[in-house]
Amino acid sequence: MQYLLLIYEDERKMQGRDEQTRNQIFDEYRTFSESVREAGQFVAADALQPTSTATSVRVRDGKAITTDGPFAETKEQLGGFYLVEADDLDQAISIAARIPSARFGTIEVRPIWAFE
Amino acid sequence: MPASAHSSLQAVLETDRVRILSSLIRTCGGDFDLAEEALHDAVIAATTQWPQHGVPDAPDAWLLQTARHKAIDAIRHDQRKRQKLEELGYTTELLREEEELTPIPYDMLRLIFTCCHPALSEESRLALTLRTVVGLPTTGIARAFLVTEQTMAQRLVRAKKKIREARIPYRVPERSDMPERLEAVLLVIYLVFNEGYSASSGEHIVRRELCAHAIHIGRILSELMPDESEAIGLLALMLLQDSRREARANAEGDLVLLRDQDRRLWDREQIDEGVRLCRAAHRAPPVGAYAIQAAIAAEHARAVHAEDTDWKKIVRLYRQLLSLRPTPVVALNHAVAAAMAYGAEEGLRLVDSLAKDLDGYGPFHAARADFCRTTGRWQDAEDGYRRAIALATNDPERRFLEGRLRETQEAVDH
Repeated sequence: MQYLLLIYEDERKMQGRDEQTRNQIFDEYRTFSESVREAGQFVAADALQPTSTATSVRVRDGKAITTDGPFAETKEQLGGFYLVEADDLDQAISIAARIPSARFGTIEVRPIWAFE
Repeated sequence: MPASAHSSLQAVLETDRVRILSSLIRTCGGDFDLAEEALHDAVIAATTQWPQHGVPDAPDAWLLQTARHKAIDAIRHDQRKRQKLEELGYTTELLREEEELTPIPYDMLRLIFTCCHPALSEESRLALTLRTVVGLPTTGIARAFLVTEQTMAQRLVRAKKKIREARIPYRVPERSDMPERLEAVLLVIYLVFNEGYSASSGEHIVRRELCAHAIHIGRILSELMPDESEAIGLLALMLLQDSRREARANAEGDLVLLRDQDRRLWDREQIDEGVRLCRAAHRAPPVGAYAIQAAIAAEHARAVHAEDTDWKKIVRLYRQLLSLRPTPVVALNHAVAAAMAYGAEEGLRLVDSLAKDLDGYGPFHAARADFCRTTGRWQDAEDGYRRAIALATNDPERRFLEGRLRETQEAVDH
C-alpha cells in the first residue's frame, strides 16, 4: 500500500539557516532517502521551490482565475514529499518519523486512494 | 427460546463477547464492520438453533465458528471485499478449517491497541473502545457523552473507515513503540473512567456506569500485560477512587468532600483489591504516574477518620508525581495537600505562583478561596468563591460552592 508523506516546514526558519546547518540537513536527507530505497519502500520523492514561487488557479463559470501565492496561508508550508510503499500505517508513520524535517516541522501521512 | 438456552447465550456473550469479537476481527483482516455483522448473525443463529439442538459444549467456539462462516458468506457476496482481503492474505486465514477454534485472549490486546491508536482522534478512541471492547450500544455511548445518537454513530463510522482506509494494523505494537502506545491506551481508559466519575450521583446513572466499564477494560489489560506496572497502577487507582462512589454525594445529589464523607459507605472489598494492586505496581520500578496516584488514593482509603490522614506522606507522593508530570493541576493538588500538612499559609504560598496558568480553572479559585477563608482573608475568599461558581461545570459543584460563599459572608457579618 502506498502512502504520501507530505513535508511541512516553516519556510522563514528554513531560509534563516546558515550554510553549515543546511548542508548537514541535506546530508541527512540523502542518508534517509538511501535507507528508504534499500528497504524497497521508495516510490518517488521531490523537494518544492518555496511558496513565493507558487501560483493558484481556479476555474469559475468557465473562466480561469490565476492568483499569486499558495492556496492557504499557514504557519508551515508544503516543501516536499516522499511517496512510499508500506505494509500499514504504523510502518508509514515510522518512515515519516525518520524524515529529517519531522524534527522541525510536521509530516502529514496520507494513504493513496487505490481505484479498482 | 427456552430459558436455559437463552441464559446460556446471555452468559457467553457477557463473559466471552470481546474475546470472540477480537479474534473474529483478526480473521476478518481487521475489518471491524464485517466482524461485527458476522457475530450479530451468529447470535441470531444461536437463538434459533440452541433451543432445538441444545446448547453446544463450547458455546464460545460455536459462536466464533458460526460467525466465521457468516463472514465467509458475506465475503462471497462482496467481490470488492474479497479482493481486498486476498490482497492482505487474509481469506486463507478465514477459510482455514482449524480443529481448535477457541478465541485467543491475545486478540483482545490487538483490539484494545487498535481502538486506542494515536492516529485516531481522542473522542473516536473513547467511542470505539466503548463500542467494541465493552460492547456498549451506540445509544448508550451517545447518552454517556451527551451527544445525539446520530453524532455518535457518525463518529464510529469515521473511526472504522480510517482504520480500514489508512490501514491501521490490527496488532500489538512492537517493543520500541510500546511505552508511547501503552500510555495512549491507559489514557483512554482513564478518560472513560473520569467521564463517569465526574458525573454526579443520581443525575446520570448511565455515566456512572462508565466507571465500571473502565475498570473492566483495565482488568483485561492488566491481566494480559502483568509486567506493565502502569496498567496495574491504573487499575488500582480506578478501584480506589470508585470505592468512594456511594459516599461522594448525599441524598440530594450534592457533592460531599472527602473529609466529610461517611467512610462506612466506602467499598472495603474494592479498597483491599486496590491497595494490593497498588503495592504490586510499586514493587516493579520505575514507578509511574498512575501507580503514584493510586498510592495517594490508598493513603486516603487507609485513614479510618479524615483526621487520621497522613498528609505529609501525601505531600511527598505529590512531589514525586510532580517530577513525572509537572502540570499546573498536579501542582494545585500538591498545594492543597501541603495546606493540610503544613497549614493554609503554605498552601497560599504555593498556589499564588499558579494564578497565571490556572485562572480559567474553577478548582484553583475554590482552593485559593479555602486557604483565604482559613487565614481570615475574607474579601479574597468571597471573590475566589464567586470566580469558582462562575466556572463550575455541574450543578452539585455549584451548589456546594454557593454554600461556601454564604458561610464566608456570614462569618464576615458576625
